[in-house]
Amino acid sequence: MRRHAAMAAGGAISAVMLAISLLALVWTPYKPTAIDIAHRLAPPSAAHWLGTDPLGRDVFSMLIAGGHNSLAVAVVAVGAGILAGVPLGLLAGRRGGVVDDLLMRGADLMFAFPALLTAVIITALAGPGALAAALAIGIFNVPVFARLTRGATRALGQRDFVRAAMLLGRHELAIARVHILPNLAALLVVQASIQFALAILAEAGLSYVGLGTQPPAPSWGRMLNDAQTYIFTTPRLAIFPGLAIMAAVLGLNLLGDGLRDLLDPRLRSLRD
Amino acid sequence: MIPYLGGRLVTLAVTLFAAAAAVFLILDVLPGDPAALILGVNARPDTLAALHHAMGLDRPAAWRFLAWLGGMLAGDFGDSFTYHVPIAGLIADRVGVSLPLALLAIALSTAIAIPTGVFAAAQRGKSADTLAMATAQIGVAVPNFWLGLLLILVFSVKLAWLPASGFPGWAGGLWPGLRALLLPAVALALPQAAILARVTRSAMLETMGEDYMRTALAKGLSRATALWRHAVPNALIPVVTILGLQFSFLLAGTIIIENVFTLPGLGRLVFQAIAGRDLIVVQDLVVLLAGSVIVVNFLVDIAYVLIDPRLRARGGP
Repeated sequence: MRRHAAMAAGGAISAVMLAISLLALVWTPYKPTAIDIAHRLAPPSAAHWLGTDPLGRDVFSMLIAGGHNSLAVAVVAVGAGILAGVPLGLLAGRRGGVVDDLLMRGADLMFAFPALLTAVIITALAGPGALAAALAIGIFNVPVFARLTRGATRALGQRDFVRAAMLLGRHELAIARVHILPNLAALLVVQASIQFALAILAEAGLSYVGLGTQPPAPSWGRMLNDAQTYIFTTPRLAIFPGLAIMAAVLGLNLLGDGLRDLLDPRLRSLRD
Repeated sequence: MIPYLGGRLVTLAVTLFAAAAAVFLILDVLPGDPAALILGVNARPDTLAALHHAMGLDRPAAWRFLAWLGGMLAGDFGDSFTYHVPIAGLIADRVGVSLPLALLAIALSTAIAIPTGVFAAAQRGKSADTLAMATAQIGVAVPNFWLGLLLILVFSVKLAWLPASGFPGWAGGLWPGLRALLLPAVALALPQAAILARVTRSAMLETMGEDYMRTALAKGLSRATALWRHAVPNALIPVVTILGLQFSFLLAGTIIIENVFTLPGLGRLVFQAIAGRDLIVVQDLVVLLAGSVIVVNFLVDIAYVLIDPRLRARGGP
């Protein structure tokens, strides 16, 4: 029962975060980039729930707009990982042989480049930005999903229904679409929730060091970087963005763990 | 063992070569003219031509690649464009900060995680287990650079026990250097320990259900002895796997944490190189860091064989 409660809490946190991020698209209490020097570093009040930053910007507005940006980067990054990784994993798992070997050695190679290193390369060539961060995190996600898909595809390939389809002469693409992908869906959903949480952590780290979302666009990592200058005088600036990152990641992880436990008997047989 | 090791070494060499080739292709060939990228749009033609020649850009790409790779193998990393000094020296200075920091973080996180995981597994379902795992669940969600800021807030701002930034170097003795690395190492280690503790616990739960544990208890070993002598060594294999897989995250974490605490390590060098458009330094560092991930994963593969006598007899996993 406790597991279900944890999963429900994770689902609730994730849903609230998502709702607030979507709300930030149409409404924030103040414009998150509106500078108001007269009210700089104001403490929390009815007018500014979480106070204002050194430029007089409303911290709460920046926080929810930053959540929206961080979510957008994570969606693109995980989406790219699935869109590129799943077909490659299917190919490796169904073809086997040299194709499989080459693709999996390629995946090993890509694992040697954490998102931060890829972001360094992209930034050195094309300058920093949210897209560069999404691309860097997405590239790291490709081998993650490719390996997962390959392992499960190979396990499914031994099952009678896949063998029967092959004997019937069904096209490989049809086998993948009708027999393999639907059986992979649960596994992919669980992995996606975990990668989503990791993507939010990575995006915050990248924008903290200046390789991600660029000012004036608000982002949690950037807010923490700005807060560091004022840590001796206004430490609260360093608290709220960190809490937001932690809540988002915690919610997604609880949700992912819960889903994994819920689907485990089915998933266990598909893992390598 | 020997044929297994030989095969792994060949794979290691091929992977390292492929990583270097990929980085060279992306940073040196893909931009078209790296010299123009370094100098910017307002470069004078004669400056550009001089840099072209200095970088060897008037030679074919394959020649440049082999010269670069051969140089690195011989310890010559080329010259920095901004500092006009050999890059090998720049890197060597900074490794003296980054490497101890990473090692300290690994030592701290395993020292915290393994006892916690073993303890939680032994107390399965009791309140101590629930508390440890709830803490770990939160620990996994805390970004290490934010934890760094919080540690600065408590130990530097409020208590004034430890420095908030900077590094005095190792010349003044071990303690001042370690003191400066303590907070960043803790910031890196705690989220890492949370992950490791969870893995240790679930690996322990699996081994504790094995027949040899029942045998150990039946022959009269105390629960604690059976746990440490039989369950823990068997549970270490997945723990070592995760430790290896986590290395690339630790590396990225180290680079970010160095920026939180303004430590003069490889992480600072990377960002200075990006800001100064010092592409050769970026190229060297990226290959060096990716190479270290590849080497660590190779060592983890070897470590399995050392940990597990069954694999040793079989000649590899």
